[in-house]
Amino acid sequence: MTADVRLLLDGFDPPAELAAFTAAHPGSGGIVSFVGQVRAGDGVEALELRHYAPLTLPGMRALADTALGRWTLDGLTILHRAGIMVPGDPIVMVAAAARHRRDAFAAADFAMDHLKSDSWFWKREKAGGEWRWIEPRESDFADIARWQ
Amino acid sequence: MPLKLVFLGRLESVAGEAERTVDTVTTLAELLSGFAPALAGAVSGERVRVAVNGRLVNDRAAQHLRDGDEVAFLPPVSGG
Repeated sequence: MTADVRLLLDGFDPPAELAAFTAAHPGSGGIVSFVGQVRAGDGVEALELRHYAPLTLPGMRALADTALGRWTLDGLTILHRAGIMVPGDPIVMVAAAARHRRDAFAAADFAMDHLKSDSWFWKREKAGGEWRWIEPRESDFADIARWQ
Repeated sequence: MPLKLVFLGRLESVAGEAERTVDTVTTLAELLSGFAPALAGAVSGERVRVAVNGRLVNDRAAQHLRDGDEVAFLPPVSGG
């Protein structure tokens, strides 16, 4: 089984992606999904995610392989945007299908923690007409340490 | 063929550009010695990784460079 891993340069439709993923795994008793979106508020006008092509998608694929090796899954999807987004736009979607729910919850949680602070993306925010780079937070490193 | 340099994330702001080309030098140390002090300091940070032709460098001191190499400077990431 191989994961569906995509780096998206344009917008995507999480409900449609989840519907397709669910339909593709009728034998799975549990499907866990997570969608991250650009948060409205704090004066944020736009968010940009940069990537580095030689590393970003290969790194996402390696992350998916690690999750597949660690939990018993029927399917795994990892979708991540790059480019400029506005509040309400989806940034990331992870979905895991498994016979038993705990594997699906854990794999989705693991993938999200690693996308946040251990994948090749750089984020900046535009507020008040000014762009500002966002550095990872200490809590992001604490989240990822849970899996070691 | 010159070297192609790529500055990701906040390093783009420090460098003043996302990419630049420079005359070929043979070591990473020599490359950094040609940077403005602020940029040299920023790329020397403990959490900044370097990739040459898409491969992460583990030992900067031992890293040799050749004509046409792409050298990327990668600060701490923030995705999702």
